Amino acid sequence: MAEKFTLEEFFNLLKKYNVEELEGVRIEGDLEIEIEPGAAVDPNTINALLALTQYVNLIQEFGKFLYHANMALTYLQRLSQAFGIQLPVAAPQPQVPEVKPTVEVPKIKIPEKLKEAKFEPYKVEYPGKIEEVTLGATRAEGGTREVTITVGGERSLAFYTFDAEMPHLPVIAIDVFDRRPMLAKAVREHYEDVLDDPAEWARKAVREFGADLVTLHLISTDPLLDDRPASEAAKTVEEVLQAVKVPLIIGGSGNKEKDPEVLEKAAEVAEGERVMLASATLDMDWERIGNAAKKYGHVVLSWTQMDINNQKTLNRYLLKRVGLPRDSLIMDPTTAALGYGLDYAFTNMERIRISGLRGDQDLNFPISSGTTNAWGAREAWMKDSPIEEDTPWGPRELRGPIWEIVTGLTLALAGVDIFMMMHPGAVAVLKEIINTLAGKIAEKADENAWLTMEG
Amino acid sequence: MKVKSPLEIYRYLPQTNCGECGYDTCMSFAAQIIERTVKPTDCPPLVKEAEKNPKVKKKLEELIEITSPEVKEVIIGKGDKAVKIGGEDVLHRHELTFFNPTALFYDVWDTLDDKEIDERCSKVVEYRKFYVGEFLTLDGIAVRCTSNDPKRFREVVKRVAGYGKPMILVSLNPECMRAALEEVAEERPLIYAATEDNWREFLELALEFKVPVVVRSKDLNKLKSLAVTFKEAGVEDIVLDPVTEPVGEGLKGTFERVIQLRRTAILGEDKDVAYPIMITPIAAWALEADEVSKAYWETVIASIFIVKYGDVMILHCLEPYAIMPIVTLRYNIYTDPRTPVQVEPGLREINNPSPDDPVFITTNFALTYYTVESDLTSGNIKGWLLVLDTEGLGVEVSVAGGQFTAAKVKDLIKETKIEEKVNHRYLIIPGLAARLQGAIEDETGWKVLVGPMDSGRIKGWLEQHWPPKEK
Repeated sequence: MAEKFTLEEFFNLLKKYNVEELEGVRIEGDLEIEIEPGAAVDPNTINALLALTQYVNLIQEFGKFLYHANMALTYLQRLSQAFGIQLPVAAPQPQVPEVKPTVEVPKIKIPEKLKEAKFEPYKVEYPGKIEEVTLGATRAEGGTREVTITVGGERSLAFYTFDAEMPHLPVIAIDVFDRRPMLAKAVREHYEDVLDDPAEWARKAVREFGADLVTLHLISTDPLLDDRPASEAAKTVEEVLQAVKVPLIIGGSGNKEKDPEVLEKAAEVAEGERVMLASATLDMDWERIGNAAKKYGHVVLSWTQMDINNQKTLNRYLLKRVGLPRDSLIMDPTTAALGYGLDYAFTNMERIRISGLRGDQDLNFPISSGTTNAWGAREAWMKDSPIEEDTPWGPRELRGPIWEIVTGLTLALAGVDIFMMMHPGAVAVLKEIINTLAGKIAEKADENAWLTMEG
Repeated sequence: MKVKSPLEIYRYLPQTNCGECGYDTCMSFAAQIIERTVKPTDCPPLVKEAEKNPKVKKKLEELIEITSPEVKEVIIGKGDKAVKIGGEDVLHRHELTFFNPTALFYDVWDTLDDKEIDERCSKVVEYRKFYVGEFLTLDGIAVRCTSNDPKRFREVVKRVAGYGKPMILVSLNPECMRAALEEVAEERPLIYAATEDNWREFLELALEFKVPVVVRSKDLNKLKSLAVTFKEAGVEDIVLDPVTEPVGEGLKGTFERVIQLRRTAILGEDKDVAYPIMITPIAAWALEADEVSKAYWETVIASIFIVKYGDVMILHCLEPYAIMPIVTLRYNIYTDPRTPVQVEPGLREINNPSPDDPVFITTNFALTYYTVESDLTSGNIKGWLLVLDTEGLGVEVSVAGGQFTAAKVKDLIKETKIEEKVNHRYLIIPGLAARLQGAIEDETGWKVLVGPMDSGRIKGWLEQHWPPKEK
C-alpha cells in the first residue's frame, strides 16, 4: 500500500471497502490533518468536505481504519492541519476524552498556487538635462593636462540608470592646502610627509590615493593667517599644475575681500588649463571671479549657503550679467556633515537636481560637495563622547572615515557630481560605492549566506 | 494619502464642531488628519453613526481610504515598545516628510550559547547616543535560526523575548518558525520569510498566529504574486523583501528593485506592492574581507537604503563606529523638513550660575544648542548661556550667512538683561565665530573671549581661561 494518499484515493478506498460508517472506534489524542504543497487535492473538494461535519466523523473513523490497515496515522494528522481543524470537531463524542468544548469553524484556506501577478515598473522621464562641464584641457585644447574630467549630462536621478544612462560618473577631488591646515589626526597621518609641500601633496593625492582631480586651497592668502600676496600664491598654482596631470580646482581662503584678487591671479597663471575657480559667492565680488573665468577659459564654482533661491540668483548673475558660458558653471549648495545639518544639505541638493531635471535653466548644472566638512563633526575626530550616558564611541580612527563616507554617499544619492574629500580610505570606499551603483563592478556574493551563518 | 487639503476631508465629517475628538472644530480635526496625528476613526460621532447607518459607514470607509498612507503601515511588537514601519506617502522628503524611521534590528543566532546571546541582546537594548536633546536607540532584535532545530530556536526566541524589544524571527524552515511562534506569537514578531518554496506553510503561520510576515523574492513578479496571494488569503501585514545582494551588480540590482517598488507603489498607485520594504545589510558579512571592511560595507548598504526607502533592516555589527553613522543618518533623513530644528532664543541658566560665572553664547540651531547645553550640564559647568536666534542655523553657517552678527548679539544682551545678572563683562563666543570677536567688542562694549571650536572642550578651556586674567 502506498504511504501517501490523495484525498481522492482516500475516497476510492472507502468505496472499495464499501465503508459507509464505522462504529465503536475512537481516536486518541488530537487529530490534525495537513496538506503539503503539491498535494493533488481540488480545493473545492476540501471546501465541500469542510462544510459537512459528518465527513469529519468519517475521517476520524477512517483514521482508525487506516491505523488498523497499518497506515501511518501521522499522515492523517498532517492532513487535518490544512483544514485548520482540531479534531475531533463537530458533535461532541462522548467516547473521546480529549474533546474540546468549542467547535472551531475552519477559517484558514491556503490556496494551491500563487496568484500570478505582473510587476509593471512606473516610468519616469524628465524633460531637462544637466549641463555637461569639462574640467582640464589637454595640449590639443590649449592646456597641459593628460586627462580631462567631464561631469553632468544626467537625465535621471543619480544612479537611476533604469530611467536613463548616466553619461559621467561622479568624480573625487582631494584637498591640498598651501599651508598646514587644522586636520583631524586620522586624516593628517596620511599627509604628514607632504604637509609643507603642496606640489608633493598633490602628487601623492593622485598617485597613491587615486584622486581624479586636485583642489588647491590657497589659504595662506587669508589676511588673518599669512596674508600672502596673490602673486606669490599664484606660484604655488604653477607648481601644482606641473606636479600633476589631472585637472585642478583652485580655492581661495574664504576671505570675501581678498578672494577675488587671489582667484583672478590664479586664473591668469592657469590660462588655458580650464581649472575651476572656487568660489564665487553672493556676498563677494562674484563679477570679478566670473570675468576672470570667462577671460581665461575656466569654470566657476557658484557657492551658496543651503538656499535654493540664492543658488538660482547667483547662477543667473553669473550667466546673464557676467555672460559665463553654460558649460562653465558648477554649483556648491553647501555640504553639512552627517549629524550636523546633512538633512538640509541632502534635501537642498535633491530639490536643486530635480528642478534641473524638470527643466529649470537656472539650476541644471553639476553639483560639487565639500565632503571634507564631515571631519568637523565631533563624532569623526573626538576621542570619545563627552556625554556620560552615551554608549562609548569606539576607536575614532574607524569613526572618522565612515563619517566622511556616509556624508558623501548620502549626497551622491542627491546628485553630487564632484566630491572634495581628504581621507584616502573614505575616497576609496566612496569610489567603490559609485562604481557599484553605476554597475561597473562584477563581483558577486551569496545573498543567502547570512540566513544561516554562525558569527 | 490621496488628499492634500483639510477641506477635502471636512466634507466627510459631521461638521457640528462638537469637540468630542478633542479639537474645537471639525476643520481643525481635518487638519490633524492631514498631519496624521489623528485618524478618521478618532471622530466619535462619525463612528457611532456609521454603526447604525450603512450610508455613513460607506462614507467613513471612503474617508479612511483617501486618508490612509500610500504605503501600508505595519506594526512589529506590541504595546509602547512596538515599532511602526512603512506608512510613507512621498518619494522625496521635501514633498512632505518621511514618517516612520527605518527600524533597525540587530541579530542574534540560536547556535550561540546563552551567555553570548545575553551579551548581544544587552548591547542592543542598552545602546544610546545623545543627539539633539534625546537619545538615539536601536529598535529590536532579529533571531536567526542557525541550528535548524525547532526546540533550540524556541528556547532562544523565548530568551530574547525577555528583553522586551520587538523581534524578527528568521528561518525559512516552517517547523522551526512554528515552534518559535507557539512561544512568542503574542509578542507580534515579524516572521522572515515566505519564499517561493515555503509560502504555503508561512501563509498558514501568518494566518494562524496573526503575525506580520515578510515575503521574499528577487523576481518582482514573484514578489508581487506572493504579496497578492497573502493579501487575498487574509494577511494584512506584509513586508516586501526584494533580496539584498551585498555587492557589485547584485547590489545595483537591489537598488533598482527597491526604487522601482516604492515608486510604483506611490506614483503608479500599485497597491499590491505598497508595503514596507525589508533590507538586510547583514548580507555584507558574506563577503571575503576583514571585519572592518565588512562592517563598513554593512554600514554603506544600510545608509544607501535609509536614504532610499528601506523601512526595516536586519544588521549584524554592534561596534559603535558602525552603528553611530546609521542611527544619525536615519535621524537626519527622517527629520520633518516642515519644522526647522531650532529652539527658543533667550537666556538659559546652567547649573544655577552665580554673578561671577561665565557667559557663553551659541545659536538656536537645535543641534548646536543641545550639544552645548549638554556639554555644560554634564561637565558641571556653572554658566549663563545666551541663545541667539540664527533662524535655526549652526554657528559656521550663520556666521557666514549673516544670521550671527554683532548687532544681533547686542540686542540679545539687552533683551535678556544679562548685564543685571552678572558682575563682569566677558562673553565667550564659539571658536567657529572667532572672526566676529572684534565686531562684537565694538558693538557691545563687552570683552570677547574666543572659546574652543567644539563645546566638548569648554571644560578644559575654562581651566585655562576662567576667571579671565586681565580685569
